[in-house]
Formats: sequence, structure tokens, C-alpha cells
Amino acid sequence: MGATTKRRLASAALAIGALAASATARAGYDQLNLPVGVTPISQTAYDLHMLITWICVIIGVAVFGVMFLSIYLHRKSRGVTPAKFHHSTAAEIIWTIIPCVILVGMAYPATKGLIAMEDTSEAEVTIKVTGYQWKWKYEYVEDGITLWSNLDPTSRAAIHGDVSAAENYLLSVDQPLVLPVGKKVRLLITSDDVIHAWWVPQLGMKKDAIPGFVNEMWIRIDDDKAGIYRGQCAELCGKDHGFMPIVVDARAADGYAAWVTERQAAKTAAAPATAGTLAQATAQPTPAARAAF
Amino acid sequence: MSSHTAHDEHHAHDDHHHGPEPGLMRWVYTTNHKDIGTLYMLFALLMFFVGGALAMGIRAELFQPGIQILEPELFNQFTTMHALIMVFGAVMPAWVGFANWQIPIMIGAPDMALPRMNNWSFWILPFAFTMLGMTFFIPGGAPAAGWTMYPPLVLQGGWNLAFMVFAVHLMGMSSIMGAINVIVTILNMRAPGMTLLRMPLFIWTWLITAFLLIAAMPVLAGAVTMLLTDRFFGTSFFNAAGGGDPVMFQHVFWFFGHPEVYIMILPAFGVVSQIIPTFARKPLFGYESMVYATASIAFLSFIVWAHHMFTVGMPLTGELFFMFTTMLIAVPTGVKVFNWVATMWRGAMTFETPMLFALAFVILFTIGGFSGLMLAIAPVDFQYHDTYFVVAHFHYVLVPGAVFALFAGAYYWLPKWTGHMYDEKLGQWHFWLSTISVNVLFFPQHFLGLAGMPRRIPDYAVQFADWNRISSLGGFAFGLSQLIFVYVVYKAIKGGEKATDRVWEGAHGLEWTLSSPPPYHSFNTPPKVTEAEAHS
Repeated sequence: MGATTKRRLASAALAIGALAASATARAGYDQLNLPVGVTPISQTAYDLHMLITWICVIIGVAVFGVMFLSIYLHRKSRGVTPAKFHHSTAAEIIWTIIPCVILVGMAYPATKGLIAMEDTSEAEVTIKVTGYQWKWKYEYVEDGITLWSNLDPTSRAAIHGDVSAAENYLLSVDQPLVLPVGKKVRLLITSDDVIHAWWVPQLGMKKDAIPGFVNEMWIRIDDDKAGIYRGQCAELCGKDHGFMPIVVDARAADGYAAWVTERQAAKTAAAPATAGTLAQATAQPTPAARAAF
Repeated sequence: MSSHTAHDEHHAHDDHHHGPEPGLMRWVYTTNHKDIGTLYMLFALLMFFVGGALAMGIRAELFQPGIQILEPELFNQFTTMHALIMVFGAVMPAWVGFANWQIPIMIGAPDMALPRMNNWSFWILPFAFTMLGMTFFIPGGAPAAGWTMYPPLVLQGGWNLAFMVFAVHLMGMSSIMGAINVIVTILNMRAPGMTLLRMPLFIWTWLITAFLLIAAMPVLAGAVTMLLTDRFFGTSFFNAAGGGDPVMFQHVFWFFGHPEVYIMILPAFGVVSQIIPTFARKPLFGYESMVYATASIAFLSFIVWAHHMFTVGMPLTGELFFMFTTMLIAVPTGVKVFNWVATMWRGAMTFETPMLFALAFVILFTIGGFSGLMLAIAPVDFQYHDTYFVVAHFHYVLVPGAVFALFAGAYYWLPKWTGHMYDEKLGQWHFWLSTISVNVLFFPQHFLGLAGMPRRIPDYAVQFADWNRISSLGGFAFGLSQLIFVYVVYKAIKGGEKATDRVWEGAHGLEWTLSSPPPYHSFNTPPKVTEAEAHS
């Protein structure tokens, strides 16, 4: 059975289980499972998630099956006489050992996955991510680009009004984080005030942004997965915690290189006296970049 | 000493006094374990509705996208206070109420060992929760940084931080005194013949819970005190700029917090282990392994705490350690579930309300256990962490887990407590409405979390709209269904069919040898317990 077939079966089973997941795909009834995502990490997380879900489903069906069978067979209304047994060392040893074996079976791939996820070495691009109440700052360490990312004003305006007026309501920003596909990107994550967490589900990982400490995570977006990916702050950070989205614009190598050149040129034009210093390289977005993502 | 003599005389006088004080002052002065148990449970029920009202507000705001009812500041106050009230005000006091009522009558004692302290530990609570609740009305509002109180966010709060810290101190004192009382009573006041391994499972689980309380609550008290001094006295325990570490708070908090979740669930295991044998008319399967499993879970609860913090950037070895230890909890928990199912097997079951709640507990708590096992897997927890998947998980173990066990126990012992049978028909209605609505409420939250909805947000992207609406409808239905329970309790207190001493055909244990309701001083003469009686 191929991975795709398995995945399809998995989604099908979940959909049936949910009852309401009919043909209607409006407003999220069809969103039932973890996304497979676009990075090796998200693929690992998805595979482990499905493995453990299925193990739990099988154990659940077995245990609840026996329980319901017992509820059906061993009811007083059927005129049964209760048995007297209250103990079986053999049974108890078996149902202690079997779960241990299953757990070892789970722990092995989980450990492998975890080790890969925590290996941030040999990154090609390094970006410093800083959380603020309530926006994100991205600093491209090698390329000297800095950008701020705020909730898109049309979303902000729609909060107390008509949410359908805003495209990608609450999940769009004024300036997205632009990333190259196919390159190992290391994020150095910290915060300026309270704890935030940087999370884009399609990229498969979240990490806390903690003031005074720098956390690391890495992303390598698959070569053929250029596109827009959306996420949110995932650690309660005050009143606008729900309003600091993250948008990643993943571009192919040439598109990314062109964007870097454009941003560096814009920065030189906007602030010639301070060009090259990372701290003040807060380039203004070009009119094109100002559009909501 | 003359004063000593006077005291002795006074004491001799007391011995002739076999009933409660007349009037309302009975409830203020009482040192009687049943009165105090009743107070605890009524207080817990009140807090259940206060915390529930906050939850209704949360679900109303989340009914559709956009902000309609609760502005984000107030929404955060609602989620924080909902959790604090439900954990410390509803579930924990309810279990202490059960302990007070049940421990003496299940071990053959006249009362709890330390009756005056018992009175004090209850009467602290109304003051603690008044102090906590009044923060809604002070400048800056109620605490809004989540019940986990993570700094630096919590330090941005105003006066409410001080109110919350002192309220938590009071709750901690109350819990520790309650726990001391439970331990002293169980270890010293058992009837002759009731050896430790003849104690009912509910007594065992509460004994272990009491040790968890004594070990965990002071840790919380220390953590919140450090918050207090950081906020008001210029210390830097959790301030990186002053050489502190915000993550240290999380370690200390969860060193308390993980045992805390077992404090809420172990007595539930005990109650279910009393109820299933009664209605299966068959002895509990694997009594000793139940005791050892409970003790193992209690031990493991102290070495798994950082699984709540996989995303803080721990070293790989730390993540592996906490992943493995957390997965291990599945083994003793599995033993318990298997034992319950084996108890039912070849029994002769009937399905009165307590049994229905106990069966739903076994299934729905196990579902919460499964999602817990999934959350233990650190590489996937990076996706689940701080999403609605976590919200679904802990509500499954707490609501159809701990709260259903409380309902099961309440229906089981209500005839003993009041002397009247409760209304079985209404009880069944309460069960079915609660069980259906609680699943409509919480099951879709698994989907929301997996689809990417973070927890603790007042508003969400439109793709989350449908499941949130369904969840909210389930929530309103669940909230309303609980009014039936209040009516059932009220009706049973007022009157109804007289309960027999044994109440249930298959019931075994000392509490069923007493009259319903039991005499004011439970066992004046200690009963004798034999091996055959203890495990029948």
C-alpha cells in the first residue's frame, strides 16, 4: 500500500467518523486532520501522527468492542449469573507487556524523527525572528534585510464588522516572510516582551519565542512547493494574541534571489547613510509588497 | 491545672451531644465530617456553575468569527478564570467533599481525625474565591494570562496578580490541610481487620491523591510567590534582563501542574472502581494491580512535567526523557482500563445512572488518554502544542473524565447521603443529554486543533467557523443539561422513596451497613472487617 493510498484511507476514515463531513466543503467541515505540509519535518510529523492515531483506533476498537460485547451479553436482564473470578496473574502480565511492546514500537520512529527535527546544522539561510506584542520582525542575517510583519489592515477592520470582507481573515499580513524553497533555513527565534510561539502548520514545527533566550528551528520547503503558507502565534501573549498571524511566501530560487536584490536596492535607496547595518535596515516595503498576503 | 479540668468537664459535656447545632450556625461551627462534606460539595457545585457560566461566555464568543460579545481583554479573563475556578473551585473541592463524606463511613470510623482543621480548610475556600472573583471588578480586571500564569505576560497584569497569588495561597492551604486530614484518618482510624490491602479502592486512590497534594501544592505556592515578588518587589526570578529565566517558571509550575491533573483524576479512578463491581455484581478484577497502578501513576506524575513544554527549546536529551516517561504512563493506565472491562466481563450488569456515568467515564476518559499518548510524542507535539487538540484532550479527561466520575459517585451515594432515592428517570435524562452534548462540544475540537486553530484566541479564521459553531451548540446543551442534576439533588434532599441501608443490590462495603442517611457520628463502635467481606 503506497503512502498516498494510506493517506487517502486515513482521511476517508476520519471523514466517515465525523459524520458531518459530507460533500460540503464550505467553511471547514472538511478540515479534519493534520496537514501533510511541505517540508520533510511536516511529513515526519504527519506520518507519526497517522501511525499513532491508527494504533489508538485499533486499541480503542478492541477494548470498547469487548466492553460493548460484555454490556450486551452480561446483563442481568438476560438472566445471567455473575461469575466470581477477580484475578488472573497471567492476564495481568499479558496486558502489561503488550502495551510496553507497542510503546517501544512508537518510541523508535518518534526518537528518529525528533533527532532529525532538532538538527539545525548546515543551514544555508539564517533568519532571526523576533516576537513583539503583537507583530513579528524578520531579519535576514546574511542578506541584511529586515522586515516587520503586522496583521493586514483589512482583517483588522473586519474584526468588529463583516469578516467576509477580508480575504484570509486574520491570516493575512502586510509583509510576509519570504523564503527560498529547497534550502535549509535556520530560524533563530526570540522575543522582545512576552513569550510568543512561531508556528506555520504546513511547515511542521513550532517554537517558543522567549525574551532573553534564542531558540532554533529549521525548515526546508520541498522544491516543488512554492506558495503561500499561513500560521499564527501559538502562545498566549496578551489581548491581541489572536491577531498576530504569520505568512510565509515560499519562492523558487530565482524568484527569491530577485526579491533579495530588490529589497536590498530599496534599502540602499531609502537609507543610504546607514545601508549595510542590520539594526537599522528597516526597509520600507515597495508598493507591490504592501499588498496584503 | 484548673483550666485543664475545666476543659475536661466541657469535653465530657460534649460527649452527650449527638446532633448538629440548631439553625444556620450549624454550618459555620460544624466539625462533623458529613456536614463539612456537604458544604464542600455544595460549594463545588456552585463553582461548577460559575465556571460553567464563564465557559458559556467563551463558547458564545466563539460561536462565529469576528468579535461580538467579549472583547479580547475580557475573553482572556474569561478563559483564565474559567480554568482557575473549575480546577481549584469545582473539581478539587468536590473530591474533598467526597473524601469527607465517604472516608469515615468506608473505613468504619466515627469521623475524620482532625475535625476542627476540617472546618477551617473548608471555610478558607469561600474567602479565597471571593478574593479571586472580585478581580473582575477592580481596575485592570481579572487575571488574563491563562491559569498557567506564565511570566512575563502575567507580570503585565495589574493588582489582579496579587489577588490571584493570595487566593492561590489560600486554596493551597485548604488543600494541604484537607490532605493531611485524609492521610491521618486513613492511616489511624481504620476499623479492626481493615488492613491496607483490604481498603476500598476509593480510599486507596484518595490516600495517594493526598500525598500528591502535599507534594505539589507547596511548589505552586512557591512559584506564585516568586511571581508576586517579581511584580511588586523588584526581584528577577523570571526576568531575563535581571538574570532570571521565564522558562524556569514553567518548569516549577508544571512540576506542580502535572501531579495536579492526577489529583483531579485519581479519586475518579477510585469511584469508578467502586461502582462497576456493584452494578456488575462481581468483585473488582485485579484489586492489587489497581493499587499498584495508581501508585505508579502517582510516581510517574512527578517525572513527566516538561511534556507540557516541548516547544520551549529544551535540549534533545531532555525532550527524549520526558517523551519516554510520559509514554510509560499509558501502561498503568491501560492496566486500569483492562481491569474495569474484566470486572464487567461475565458479570450480571444493570444500568442505573451511576453505572451509566461510570461506563461513559471508561470510554471517554480512554479517548482522552489516547490523545494524551499522541501528545506525548514530542515530534508531533510540535504540531499539536497550544492548539484546540490540546483543549479537546484535557477537556476529555476532565469533563467526561473527572466530572462524569463525580456525577457517577454523586448518584451512587446520594441515596446514602440523603436517605432518599433520587429520581432515576431524570438521572437517565441527565446522563444521555450530558453524554451526547459533551461529545458534540469537545470532539470537533480535535479537528479544529489538527486543522491549525491555536487555543486561547478570541476570534478565528473563517475555515474554523463550522466546527466552532457545532462545538458551541454542544456547549450550550451541556450547560443546560446540568440544571437537571441540580433539580435531581434538590428533589432527593427534599424527599422521595426511602432508601434502604444497602441501596444497591450488588453493593459491598462498610458504608452500606449504616442506615441511610447514616447517624450523625458514623461508627460509634468500630465494625470488624474480614478478608471475605473486603473483597466481595
